[in-house]
Amino acid sequence: MEFAKLGLYNQAIILFAALALLTSFLMLAQARMLPLIFTFAWQGFLLTMVTVLVAMVTDHRDLYVSALLTFVLKVVVIPWLLYRLSVRLQMQYNAEQIAHPTLLLISGVVLVIFSYFVAKSIIHLSGLATRNIIAVSIAIELLGMLLMCVRKSAVAQVIGFMSMESGIFFAASVSAYGMPLIVELGVAFDILVASILFGVFFFHLRDSFGSLDVGQYNHLSEANGADAIDVRPVMASAHTPGDHA
Amino acid sequence: MDSELSFWALAVVQTLTFIAAAPLLAGWVQRVKCHLQNRAAPAVWQPYRDLTKLFGKRLVVAHNASWLFRATPYIVFGAMLMACAVVPLVVVHVPTAAIADVIVLVGFFALARFFTALAGLDIGTAFGGMGASREMMVAALAEPAMLMVVFTFSMTAHTTNLSVTTAYILHQGLLLRPSFLFALLALAMVAVAETSRIPVDNPATHLELTMLHEAMILEYGGRHLALIEWASQIKLMIYAVLLINFSFPWGIASEPTLQALSLGVLVVAAKLTLVGVVLVVWETVMAKMRLFRVPQFLGFAFMLSVLGMLTHVMLEGGN
Amino acid sequence: MTLLEATLVTPLTGGLVLAILGHRPIAGWINIGVGLLTFGASLAMALDVFSHGPQLSPGRMFYIDAFNVYLVVLTAFVGLTTSIFSRPYMQHEVEKGRVTDRRLRLYHSMYQCFLFSMLLALSTNNLGVLWVAMEMATLTTVLLVSLYRTPEAIEAAWKYFILCGVGIAQALFGTVLIYFAAEAKLGADRDDTLLWTVLHSSASGGLDPAVITLAFVFLLVGYGTKVGLVPLHNWLPDAHSEGPTPMSAVLSGLLLNVALYALVRVKMLVDASLQTHLAGYLMMGFGLLSFTVAGLFLHRQHDVKRMFSYSSIEHMGLITFGFGLGGSLATYGALLHMTVHSLTKSAIFVTVGHACQLAGTQRIEHIRGLIRTQPAIGWGLLLGVVSIAGFPPFGVFISEFLLLMATMKSWPWLTIPLLIGFGVAFAGLFRHMQRMVFGEPPPGQQPVRANMIPVIVHLVLVLFLGLMIPDFLSSWFEQATLLISGESL
Repeated sequence: MEFAKLGLYNQAIILFAALALLTSFLMLAQARMLPLIFTFAWQGFLLTMVTVLVAMVTDHRDLYVSALLTFVLKVVVIPWLLYRLSVRLQMQYNAEQIAHPTLLLISGVVLVIFSYFVAKSIIHLSGLATRNIIAVSIAIELLGMLLMCVRKSAVAQVIGFMSMESGIFFAASVSAYGMPLIVELGVAFDILVASILFGVFFFHLRDSFGSLDVGQYNHLSEANGADAIDVRPVMASAHTPGDHA
Repeated sequence: MDSELSFWALAVVQTLTFIAAAPLLAGWVQRVKCHLQNRAAPAVWQPYRDLTKLFGKRLVVAHNASWLFRATPYIVFGAMLMACAVVPLVVVHVPTAAIADVIVLVGFFALARFFTALAGLDIGTAFGGMGASREMMVAALAEPAMLMVVFTFSMTAHTTNLSVTTAYILHQGLLLRPSFLFALLALAMVAVAETSRIPVDNPATHLELTMLHEAMILEYGGRHLALIEWASQIKLMIYAVLLINFSFPWGIASEPTLQALSLGVLVVAAKLTLVGVVLVVWETVMAKMRLFRVPQFLGFAFMLSVLGMLTHVMLEGGN
Repeated sequence: MTLLEATLVTPLTGGLVLAILGHRPIAGWINIGVGLLTFGASLAMALDVFSHGPQLSPGRMFYIDAFNVYLVVLTAFVGLTTSIFSRPYMQHEVEKGRVTDRRLRLYHSMYQCFLFSMLLALSTNNLGVLWVAMEMATLTTVLLVSLYRTPEAIEAAWKYFILCGVGIAQALFGTVLIYFAAEAKLGADRDDTLLWTVLHSSASGGLDPAVITLAFVFLLVGYGTKVGLVPLHNWLPDAHSEGPTPMSAVLSGLLLNVALYALVRVKMLVDASLQTHLAGYLMMGFGLLSFTVAGLFLHRQHDVKRMFSYSSIEHMGLITFGFGLGGSLATYGALLHMTVHSLTKSAIFVTVGHACQLAGTQRIEHIRGLIRTQPAIGWGLLLGVVSIAGFPPFGVFISEFLLLMATMKSWPWLTIPLLIGFGVAFAGLFRHMQRMVFGEPPPGQQPVRANMIPVIVHLVLVLFLGLMIPDFLSSWFEQATLLISGESL
């Protein structure tokens, strides 16, 4: 597949997919809250564009629906929800401390190479001229997982989760030309409910722990010894007789 | 024989133009920066006046300076001269194209940097040592990124020769190659680090905390300083021309006809003007980073260049 | 398929009704009523399937065969008995002030929605809808785990959400890969490519092995996280111990089963496509790992619910090992074990819930002398632990024996870690249980109002299954064994 011989649409597909991969890396390195949310929105937008272009090149009408779902969910609704949440939690100017940003980026590169090898064995089934994009979709998913695992802010973990799901949706679009409509709608609904629940959780977390720093959530860790804190509230009233109606 | 001779003459003229135009670029950058910062700007020819003034001054050298200290300005300037000879400015194919390898170019820069660092250490002042160590740290981090960028371009063009690469890109037509996009971004970041611009180093500062390049050459005066200043201006122009040739080479002369040459001169002048403006806007918008964040900056550049190479292999059917 | 629709629609409507009425005292009775209706419908559906064979719904969206029909009945049954337990329990919690009115509404409606999503996952024919239902099951329970709003509960719920979210996303990717392979074989214009029945019939030698292998790995990681396979189990002890006890009972007893069901369905596809035993080996490896690690972790626990959560991990590891082993004997044993483990574990959690209310704490060292204070609870816990540890008259012994026999037949040297694991788990459970049930009760400990009927019913069923497996159940198991392993008993 010589790049120069591809048509303009296919070149654009490859360009946008590569830029989406770049946004994954940008999210890895981005410590500040609002730019992180906007970069995630950009990633959603780029993936929408690729889906639309693939739909135009392969003439699969269902992909337009996928693209619309991605756009509505990943570019509009979820970034807006997250933005509103960070404003309400007054965290929009927060920046977390990333421990080893360069190491993180290099691990990301390793994951990209890994996903390329994984994809090499499976892309022969695809009919697309730009079938190597499947490698990019796997990479975006794995980079989202990396984002979830190493970042200490709860919001960053949620964005990692959403980015993971973007990657998977994207993989479905470019490998199998989208999934059956009912499945796509179900997945979109689940993601929407999940994001709403995340929002609810942020408030609970903030109220209980005082911060959205995941490193503080270690009351239940067995390494610290779950026996270090007697966590059960003693139900004193159980001892008073005649308390059972 | 006759055309061969004129070919070589053309190469010499191109190199001389390069050297002569470098202070003009520096002056243009300075002027735009002053305008952007709402200051009164010096004329565009000011760097020429400064160089002339420095050439006329008497040399004052520390009495414990060795031969290295006196030789370094000439070595540095010579390396830059050779670098000018291999980078295509106006015409793509030059007779010096045989040695116009990108890795050779990187080697020339490394030579110049090596001697400058040694010269900084030579006198034994604290500033010199500090500048040398900082410069070496930045260079050590920028080098891998630079080489990755080089590899990305050469993997696409199947050669490391600068002229051949430029010709390849010229004949490709407009292609939306993501690998080139990433590599160019990385090259721009590396260029900022190597030419000591903001956010890595402030070229106008002489404060201890913020000097990198300036600290190494603090002891120089007279014609030594003139040669070193000129060499750093040439370096800036070389990086700018590299960026132009790899991103947007259209307009450069493919054959040495008068018409193509004059068009080439005009086009490259316009592009350099634009690059100067972009550089100034970038420098005005960004703030200088503290030294310990430079590794992150260059790490990101490295990651971008590796990403460019990976994109080439993965998406563009690289080999 | 109207019986199936009844089975599915009842909990969903129950959930919607309880969203409005959930805080009234009548909510507990509505919960039980809905559970009773669901159980009745599922039982009727099971009898239908028993007499007429596997049923495919008209739109091919739902498929009930021997494998999932008894799981549907089991889910509805345990849902019913747990709702019987939950009525007085939650009332007690409200009196304690640990749960507000709003949260009680949330609890009741999410309870029924959770049952709905599990039943949907069990009965659907579409792999994509299976994923959606599994994710829905996670989402409905997340807020319930953090119901008490203590920092530990919220931390547990967050961990549950994030870890299961990551896992489930991998499972989605695996589903996408299966769809990819299926589309390549069946063509892109059909809309039934993700239907399990279609995939199963066209799978033999058709689906691309490389893609299917990759898909299975992702699905194993994904659904394996929800089953609680080590090393992806970290969320399980926290989530099962921090939520209210009815939640622990259904999570341990039912959700793990449903996740394993999903995994086995996929394994059937993979086995047909690959003709190698890769899927089996992977499941055996993870299952054995979970079994041994969980048995060891059991000893270190200080919280009684955490201890039993590790016991759940251990047993699910054993069942996974059984399914991975393949062959009729191991599959039969694994199916039986799924049933008896579900019944016993939910009974144990119900008893433990009462014990914690009695003692006022979940810490093992503060729970003492249960048999003195309230013999029903003490005996319940004793018999429950005896059952889950695999003592002879109870059903767990039969299934563990079958699994051991199957292991001895095909992998003789693996019986050693199995036996050691049984011993280790037995020692851990008994060590903790003995101190809790016997011993001197702390002064001032009073009996609580306990509804032990669910416990008694479950334990009697497990005892019954240990002594004699009734005909219809046995033939179900045999049919399911034939379906899953390809060979009959």
